[in-house]
Amino acid sequence: MRRISNAYYALFTLPTLTAFAIAFFIPFLLGIYLSFTRFTTVTNARWVGLNNYVRAFTENKDFLNAMVFTAKFTLISVVLINLFAFSLALLLTRNVWGRNIFRTTFFMPNLIGGIVLGYIWLLIINGVLYRFQVDITFSAKYGFWGLVIVTNWQMVGYMMVIYIASIQSIPPELVEAAQIDGANPRQVLFNITIPLVTPAFTICTFLTLANSFKLFDQNLALTRGAPGKATAMMALDIYNSFYGTTGYEGVGQAKAVVFFLLVGIIVLVQLLLSRSKEMEN
Amino acid sequence: MKSKLGLVFSLLVVASIILTACGGGTPAGTEAPAGAATGELYYLNFKPEVAETYTKIAEAWNAETGNTLKVVTAASGTYEQTLKSEIAKSDPPVLFQINGPVGYAAWKDYTADLSGTELYKHLTDKTLAVTDGAGVYGLPYVIEGYGIIYNNAMMDKYFATEGATAASMDEVNNFAALKAVVEDMQSKKDALGIGGVFCSTSLKPGEDWRWQTHLANLPIFYEFRDNNLNLSDPAATAEVKFQYAENYKNIFDLYINNSTTAPTLLGSKSVDDSMAEFALGQCAMVQNGNWAWGQISGVDGNTVKAEEVKYLPIYTGVPGEEKQGLNIGTENFFAINKQATPEKQQLAADFIWWLYSSPTGKAFVTNDLKFMTPFDTFADDEKPTDPLAREVLRYAGNADLYSVAWRFTLFPGQPFKDAFGAALLQYAQGSMPWEDVQQLFIDQWKAEKAKAAGG
Repeated sequence: MRRISNAYYALFTLPTLTAFAIAFFIPFLLGIYLSFTRFTTVTNARWVGLNNYVRAFTENKDFLNAMVFTAKFTLISVVLINLFAFSLALLLTRNVWGRNIFRTTFFMPNLIGGIVLGYIWLLIINGVLYRFQVDITFSAKYGFWGLVIVTNWQMVGYMMVIYIASIQSIPPELVEAAQIDGANPRQVLFNITIPLVTPAFTICTFLTLANSFKLFDQNLALTRGAPGKATAMMALDIYNSFYGTTGYEGVGQAKAVVFFLLVGIIVLVQLLLSRSKEMEN
Repeated sequence: MKSKLGLVFSLLVVASIILTACGGGTPAGTEAPAGAATGELYYLNFKPEVAETYTKIAEAWNAETGNTLKVVTAASGTYEQTLKSEIAKSDPPVLFQINGPVGYAAWKDYTADLSGTELYKHLTDKTLAVTDGAGVYGLPYVIEGYGIIYNNAMMDKYFATEGATAASMDEVNNFAALKAVVEDMQSKKDALGIGGVFCSTSLKPGEDWRWQTHLANLPIFYEFRDNNLNLSDPAATAEVKFQYAENYKNIFDLYINNSTTAPTLLGSKSVDDSMAEFALGQCAMVQNGNWAWGQISGVDGNTVKAEEVKYLPIYTGVPGEEKQGLNIGTENFFAINKQATPEKQQLAADFIWWLYSSPTGKAFVTNDLKFMTPFDTFADDEKPTDPLAREVLRYAGNADLYSVAWRFTLFPGQPFKDAFGAALLQYAQGSMPWEDVQQLFIDQWKAEKAKAAGG
């Protein structure tokens, strides 16, 4: 193969790099800088050091509460989404009638935007709760489980597709060999299928973890934090402090940086942990 | 960062969709025909409902003066966000709006002194302007009023029933009379063919401003009046006692307990729901301002006739309230960006003067924007004629009554209002006792005022 000069690499990646710099890298650095300043608009910032970070945690408990709520929510939804997605994938890799129809149907909610899903489910959930003379704003529990349902509804289909792809790539001879050796379906599942789809588990856990942590539109559409701020997740809390409060733009920015670090660290740890469990294929 | 970018982007998309929808297919900005040699003025409009009108105003202004008006409208409830990002751009809005002293505090780096402008000289009541020392930083451009809107046809139907506690609305001139009528009417709701006396008390987060801001104006107005506060001194309003909390509770209880909707279900009702109920004749009374007429008359299947729509002051059981009128004031103030070039600032001042003094401009203000204005450039026959505006003018012109000024322009920022609104919802749902709501009001007020002052 002919060697391509490095200059060409640079040339061909330039458009992408430029776009990346404009749309991601520069705003990101600017955001970190702004978190150390007090500002109304991004052009009149004044340096205040770590003050914003202190205020984010000490002035009220909103951010901490949002953190706890988000952590609980993420834990539940990561487990549930992966459980449902994997079960569906197992079912739909068998010879079930109409399995392509089912696969498509389960995948479809993922194509709808979070805001729309949030409003649709708000109607459904309130429709049910109205029978008991309450609505979703009545208790933080309703909001919590409402969010869990919406997120599951949206993400299960996507994760299912990843699991299906992974299950289908398992060499059939391995399963056959196990069956000839007398393994029952349970043993095949736990000793062949699950170990061989661990890469899919890694990616699915990563996606669900990151997405649950960053959940915003569904939260905004479904509860907007009601009752009070009891169901406000971190992204919504950041949004509220940035846009909702005069003089809080810097604090919101500081929260966003903390949020970024938190999500980054958790996701990295998760990746390292589950990578170490993956089998060499 | 990523999620925020996505957010900003989606906000832009939503804003542009709304703008396109409102503008009937025209793009967000209203550009004049090419070749205009004179200046361009960028106005960031606050009221989505008048976005289309401003397109026409821009054309007329261009035809008369050759100047170009670029109007961008922020989607409902996103004005501050939009202003924040627009004003940081290289071509920032020159004419924008602030919502009173609190808005001035947030934007004082940008608001120019308007005391020398022609329009300010024609302001009839100078106390309405946002001032700081000798400077004038916000110029009110519309007068609005709110109270309890009622459907007179329905009330007459009730007064004709046996055992009605009053013979006409003229007898309802204090809280006790209102309460008697409302409660008796609620018990006869099936016979009257309504779902409840009051339309839903919309307490959905973001839809609760009629209660956490407008209704809360009454107790605060009376508290400030009793204590004779100097309202231009920020320290005077740094704390409140909420001493008229009981009066607030009076009217709020009356609203939620005699309504079309059970108190526990109010958390998902919006202002639109409430106004639609009124328009469809499912309820007889609703608290809102004169801007609501467009909303009422615009509902499909509207059964309320213009001549039957009347205003009742919001009575809360304060001594002497027989002489109380409507809540009249404004939270819409023009501000001019002092970081823009002097020419642009002058152009902005010229534009608002043109809009409020030239025959063409005044015709737009009266007939299309339907504003009641605080300027002496308008003659009596140049005032809007929709039923609610007429009612506001009738109350304002009645020398026997006193108007309740809009003191909520001195309320702390949005977090205070949101917290109070959320507490009201929890109170309605029965999960928070009234004492806690009262305490929260006092505490949040103090905390948010301190933040705004200190931060």
